[in-house]
Amino acid sequence: MARAMRVVLAVVLVTAVLALAQCGAPRPTDAVEQPAAVSIQQKGSDTLVNLALAWAEEYMHLHPEVRISVTGGGSGTGIAALINGTVDIANASREMKPEEVEEARKNGYTPKEYTVAWDAIAVVVHPSNPVDGLTLQQVSDIYTGKITNWRQVGGENRPIVLLSRESNSGTYVYFLEHVVRLGNPKSDALFSPDTLLMPSSEGISAEVRQNPNAIGYDGLGYVTPDQKTLAIARDADGPFVLPSAETVNDGSYPIARPLYMYTAGEPAPHVRAYLDWILGDGQRLVAGLGFVPLRQSPTGGSTTP
Amino acid sequence: MRQTPRVRWGEFAIESLIRVIGFSTVGFVIIIFLFLLREGLPAFAQINLDNLFGTRWYPTFGLFGTLPLVLGSALITITAIVIALPLGVATAVFVREVAPNWAREILKPMIEVLAGIPSVVLGFFGMTLVAPIVRETFGAPTGLVAFTGALILAYMSLPTIISVAEDALDAVPKLYRDAGLAMGATQWQTIWRVVVPAARSGILTAVMLGMGRAIGETMAVMMVTGNAARMPLGLDALFRPVRTMTATIAAEMGEVAHGSVHYHALFAIGIILFVITFLINLAAASTMFRKRRRGGLR
Repeated sequence: MARAMRVVLAVVLVTAVLALAQCGAPRPTDAVEQPAAVSIQQKGSDTLVNLALAWAEEYMHLHPEVRISVTGGGSGTGIAALINGTVDIANASREMKPEEVEEARKNGYTPKEYTVAWDAIAVVVHPSNPVDGLTLQQVSDIYTGKITNWRQVGGENRPIVLLSRESNSGTYVYFLEHVVRLGNPKSDALFSPDTLLMPSSEGISAEVRQNPNAIGYDGLGYVTPDQKTLAIARDADGPFVLPSAETVNDGSYPIARPLYMYTAGEPAPHVRAYLDWILGDGQRLVAGLGFVPLRQSPTGGSTTP
Repeated sequence: MRQTPRVRWGEFAIESLIRVIGFSTVGFVIIIFLFLLREGLPAFAQINLDNLFGTRWYPTFGLFGTLPLVLGSALITITAIVIALPLGVATAVFVREVAPNWAREILKPMIEVLAGIPSVVLGFFGMTLVAPIVRETFGAPTGLVAFTGALILAYMSLPTIISVAEDALDAVPKLYRDAGLAMGATQWQTIWRVVVPAARSGILTAVMLGMGRAIGETMAVMMVTGNAARMPLGLDALFRPVRTMTATIAAEMGEVAHGSVHYHALFAIGIILFVITFLINLAAASTMFRKRRRGGLR
């Protein structure tokens, strides 16, 4: 009985895995059926995946001859795929590292970078936490383990439980470099070893929702109303600012990062057209998904060198 | 000799097919192990051994200390078995020795269904329901701690422990029970003094297999233990977050650059894990084997 069930389970699993693999892989049969169609393969950042999907759906609706497939997996996965030449566009929530650019050069292309939207990173706590705002220095001290009790930043006498995304996440890298290390490239500060590394955004929000000791961070688009978002100040006398499209646009909210798409060298015409659309008309989809559109972004540029 | 050669041929074909399938299972294990070695051994050459067996796991910054991960896995696995062993053996004794037939008919399939609950479901259950209870009951700063992981793992290894222990009890001849009762022992005394000791090597096997199940579990553990790579030392370690070997591999493998030091380090963890589970299974197999050589029971 148990064995039979196990066999059935195994068969179901294998079928599911095969089906998933089918989804991920390019579909040569479709291409044969529709010789006129052009396809764009896109892979990378999990932060960007919902937005990229929304863009892809809208664009395929407008241009039925184009097929766009979007998969997540993380910025590093997408960039690795771009270097190996298996995708047309890599989505990334961080810049390409010099060694990645070097590797792409070895394969014969210079990656081209497009900033496609901005993402504010919100620092969140339990709704019952009386703390309303922190300075960047305080957030850094909390995450390196120098501050361990909420009392030290004007809260209740409770231990602080640190929540972070996993180290493979672009959000983790950004937060480490720009908040924990305060943007100082020479700093070698690290997250405290007591930091809980959550495998998903949902893991962070579930813990923040139920644990009055917790502090976490995540993309603004992932923050639900049952968490309390903290206002952040650049320094002790600066204004405490809550993250929103406006405060990211005017540059007053300090923890905001650009989201990128990379192509391997000069893009093919149909990819170029798609990217142009994203940087133009596509921007009106951005705000609806909790990100900040480009037009009035801090630097205002569409591409960065 | 009425058998025609054709029938014997068919039999031969089927026999060899079964033999090939049997041997290929062993072959697959060997291939997997060779693959693990190929991908993991470079880590031992590329990373200093005091780094590799150090206490700090920050793979993005060249710190590959696997010690907190190994100890984290060990802590929650052992705690899980300490919780699951009495429960599992008691359940097996109840199902096998005490429960009336109709209750057994209901309980056995229910226990088998337990084994079929996907671990991600248990992980979600642990994250949203068990973790807050652990935090409030034990006054820990967070509920995502080793103990919560151990509770979920105990629950997951129960079906294995129950069914193997039950088989072991089943193998105790009826003669023993009859003899116990005939000597004037109560049913309780017969069970605890005669039947369970007679089945102890089978119960030990159950524990080993339960441990093998627990140490390799990934998803549920990743969701409830907090994944902080701290050294689980000190009395409060059970109520602090830990990071296990399996969760580390699962969380980081998706993102790591193919062929990098970090990639090889993750496979090195895989080798360590493989060796540990292999030793546990070997111990389980050897107790089972010894039992058989002794003619079942003493």
